[in-house]
Amino acid sequence: MADISVVLPGVLQPLAGGQSILTTPADGAVTVGFLLDSLAGDYPVLARRLRDETGALRRYVNIYVNGDEVRRLQGLETEVAAGQEVVIIQSVAGG
Amino acid sequence: MGCMATEESYVLAIGTKKGLWLATSQDRQAWSMSGPHFLMSEVPSIGIDTRNGRARIMVGVRSEHWGPTVAHSDDLGATWTEPEQGAIKFPEGTDAAVERIWQIYPDAESRPGVVWAGAEPISVWKSTDGGEHFELNRGLWDHPHRSEWGAGYGGAAAHSIVVNPSGDNVHVAMSTGGVYRSLDGGTSWEPRNKGISAYFMPDPNPEFGQCVHKIAADSAVEGRLYAQNHHGVYRTDDNGENWESIAEGLPADFGFVMLTHPRRAGTAWVIPLKADGERIPPDGKLAVHRTDDAGKTWKRLDSGLPQGEYNAVLRDAASVDSAEPAGVYFGTRGGSVYASPDEGEHFTEVASHLPDVLCVRAAVVSAALVPGAPVPA
Repeated sequence: MADISVVLPGVLQPLAGGQSILTTPADGAVTVGFLLDSLAGDYPVLARRLRDETGALRRYVNIYVNGDEVRRLQGLETEVAAGQEVVIIQSVAGG
Repeated sequence: MGCMATEESYVLAIGTKKGLWLATSQDRQAWSMSGPHFLMSEVPSIGIDTRNGRARIMVGVRSEHWGPTVAHSDDLGATWTEPEQGAIKFPEGTDAAVERIWQIYPDAESRPGVVWAGAEPISVWKSTDGGEHFELNRGLWDHPHRSEWGAGYGGAAAHSIVVNPSGDNVHVAMSTGGVYRSLDGGTSWEPRNKGISAYFMPDPNPEFGQCVHKIAADSAVEGRLYAQNHHGVYRTDDNGENWESIAEGLPADFGFVMLTHPRRAGTAWVIPLKADGERIPPDGKLAVHRTDDAGKTWKRLDSGLPQGEYNAVLRDAASVDSAEPAGVYFGTRGGSVYASPDEGEHFTEVASHLPDVLCVRAAVVSAALVPGAPVPA
């Protein structure tokens, strides 16, 4: 069984107990949505920063799997293989 | 003899486009400021709940990146609490998500724990636990008119909530949808806009669809409310059944602010802007206008205000406190905040060069709650 790592931006780390990387054990592929659901159990405020109450990813939250942003893949249905890394980065936008 | 100890202090909360500032004062002249709290998030709504012997500050916070939430502080901003699952969120099946909290309205003294909220998309919410968890008002959400309500420039929101002392009579104003009234505590709702114009619609006197910017109740006359409309200033004396213009005597009938006195009948304040093509204080001369006779006449109040100010004052960027005489406060989109300890007769600048001021709320609190405040002997 290998871990899937979720890398958090600094601004969200206080919502995960100060951790910069969260790990989930996985013995096969899981979806990004499943990973975020897992986060919601342990870190509900962090989860609300990433998705709204309909489950949709917030507009300026970008999630990368293997270097690709999930909106260019299968969105929250994008699969993450055991051992892969998921990176969350906010858009650089705003005045 | 040193400074006379006072039993009361004043709290002024300033929500801006990029965070919250909190100011405290013993005399409403000198202010101590803290902030920014929630830096890089906008704070479009604030409620200061002084019931239950505390000063609970509730704020609607919205990050462009991380979305909206509601937080509260019981220690004047030293610490903030955010319910883990969120204070305001649409229930499953509504297929809707909160965009922005526009209004946080603590109910009457007789109903401690009850707090109302107005949100975007147009929705009204009610808390019975002091603002920690809110429930969606299904009567308004399921109203058959909802699909016809529109969005003002700032968004489609329920931005004003007024509840009468008995609690049965609730008025809500929304942009754009106009005024709706409930006579059963919020269970069912009917539009109440007769007399309020919607000049921008094919029928300028529709049943609903008006762009009401703000409503406020007269604290001493049951059934009397005032409205600042998108062009038009109005009063009703019969609980919204009929509205009549009270704009005569004002330099402009546009604006966003409508404030009423905490105790005195017939006293209200507006801050006129010239519109639609300008949206600045008329001729760039910033002034508050007060009526003491329910809108028959208006008095221009500009002592201490810049007569070269080209920023608007938004609908919730103004507040009154409950002191005697009442304090009047407001902030501009240019980041200046002004306070008057005498009902608008004289203003002083509390802050300048803040980000756009979206919301201002003021309250009188016990001096014992304010660190550093003089404590009565």
